[in-house]
Amino acid sequence: MSAVASPTPSPAPVRSEARAARSERLRLLLRSPTVLIGATVIGFWLFCAIFPGLVAPYNPIFDNQFSTSEPPNWSHPFGTDTNGRDIFSRVLAGSRNILLIAPAATLLGTLLGTILGLLTGYLRGVVDDVASRLIDAVLSLPLIVTAILIVTAVGNSSRWVVVLIIGLIFTPIVSRTVRAAVLAEAELDYVQAARLRGERAPYTMYSEILPNVMSPVVVEFTVRLGYAIFAVASLTFIGFGVAPPSPDWAAQINQYWTLIDPYWWMTLFPALAIAILVVAVNLVADSVREVYER
Amino acid sequence: MTRFLLKRLGLAVITLFLLSVIVFAVSTVLPGNVGRAVLGPFATQESVDALNEQLGANRSIFVQYTDWAGGLLHGDLGTSLTKQVPAWDLLRPALSNSFKLAFVAFIICVPLSILGGVIAGLRYGRPTDKGITIAGISFAAMPEFVTGIILILVFAIWLGWLPVTAQWEEGANVLTQFKYLLLPALTLTLVLFGYIARITRASMIEALDSDYARTAYLKGLPSSVVVRKHVLRNALLPTIAVIAVQVGYLVGGLVVVEVLFNYQGIGLLIYEAARQKDLPLLTAGVLVVGIVYLVVTLIADILYAVLNPRIRFGTAE
Repeated sequence: MSAVASPTPSPAPVRSEARAARSERLRLLLRSPTVLIGATVIGFWLFCAIFPGLVAPYNPIFDNQFSTSEPPNWSHPFGTDTNGRDIFSRVLAGSRNILLIAPAATLLGTLLGTILGLLTGYLRGVVDDVASRLIDAVLSLPLIVTAILIVTAVGNSSRWVVVLIIGLIFTPIVSRTVRAAVLAEAELDYVQAARLRGERAPYTMYSEILPNVMSPVVVEFTVRLGYAIFAVASLTFIGFGVAPPSPDWAAQINQYWTLIDPYWWMTLFPALAIAILVVAVNLVADSVREVYER
Repeated sequence: MTRFLLKRLGLAVITLFLLSVIVFAVSTVLPGNVGRAVLGPFATQESVDALNEQLGANRSIFVQYTDWAGGLLHGDLGTSLTKQVPAWDLLRPALSNSFKLAFVAFIICVPLSILGGVIAGLRYGRPTDKGITIAGISFAAMPEFVTGIILILVFAIWLGWLPVTAQWEEGANVLTQFKYLLLPALTLTLVLFGYIARITRASMIEALDSDYARTAYLKGLPSSVVVRKHVLRNALLPTIAVIAVQVGYLVGGLVVVEVLFNYQGIGLLIYEAARQKDLPLLTAGVLVVGIVYLVVTLIADILYAVLNPRIRFGTAE
């Protein structure tokens, strides 16, 4: 929020034009009801992830042998699990892992993908050919299969390993989009001018081209964020993600879904929580894409 | 056309080679010590050495790769560690089960999503369009296990219409098998619906706005004829390309769906191989998944070229 409050004055008219476009986009986004609904939901889960103690009525990790496997009732609106823990509290406290891992992985993937996309799109030639073939090969495997293979080979699925795996799998996907945008930009006069001025390639890529391909980068980031949540949850569900001591929606489902008949509440409520979060993220991502690609 | 085919085929072979290198590197080089990775930290050094000896993992990486890749070329995918049978003997039935599930998912999903996309495109900007689009985005974003669990809960447990798992008893007839496959197929359908419907919708809108559609309307053709004969033909072409890309996704989705429904397909096999640290079987399974994807996209590209006159007559690459 502080970034909005303190705009630095800029002398170049081109810059202010870019800023006008940015504030116009922001205005369009804030006016859209889907964005507002989506952002409110994401904000709610973020709040729960940061202050689980403030919202949960019970201690989410406290076993209570006097209230095991209770169906939803007045004192436990979502029921209790086989250890007597309050599921409502566990659902409220269960967003932490996903909201930590997914954005970190997306950030990593977008960062590396942008660098790779700039390099392959600007340098072209052999670098581009080799990278394109490698990317094709990597992308012929579904994300979840690659992740299972790497987790098994490394023998470890801690938080940062999962971030690294998903980030690295996102890298080629992001780089493809960025590369396409860079190819279009590289033909334009300002890039040629920079070349003729004798600017070094890193400078041209970073200072000249990058600001002009930020739109696809932003779009990729928001879209990938949805996929990252999808991937983190799926990996945790099949038992190849983080197995935390703290409550986690997908881990709860992994633990209880075989008991779905008759203990449906132990699985349904965490599943609905995931559903609500991913839909919110994707509604925002979709609007961002619409606004940036118009 | 021939040039296009040859070029496309050549690229597929190169990609396949790189894929084998990557899969090999991840499964053999990444663990550092394969025997230790399989047996765990508490195994004795002797048993680790013995396993490495048995797997040939004590040789140089280059020798190991050429040996493994040479075997692949002869159809030898390696031997499962836990079951001690050739990996292919386990993969073949699993693969055919997965194809069965994917087939059922496709025959439900493709017509449904195209219909959804066409309706949304025809009702562009109206509530029907918004509803279909938002439903599509929402379902596409949801992990399969979430949709799967909700479907199981509603249709298998509360309504009792369909079975909870996908594994039918031996000798069940086609209709019974279909009934068992319906829930997992529906789960996959819901995820795919959004993508296919979205592209169909976008190309419908573009085609409806085109000059040839306007001409057709202006010369007095009824709109059903315009849509059927002029718009749909052009709008469906991009859809084929998207459907092919979704096959890749489908295989990934199969892992989770097969685990959830306990269905003996390639996804469940890969999952179990990983759980049991059966690295040779896992490696073979992953490679087969990659090959299936490459073959399907190759076929789709060719199909697209055959259907698209611009490529068929060689005016475009």
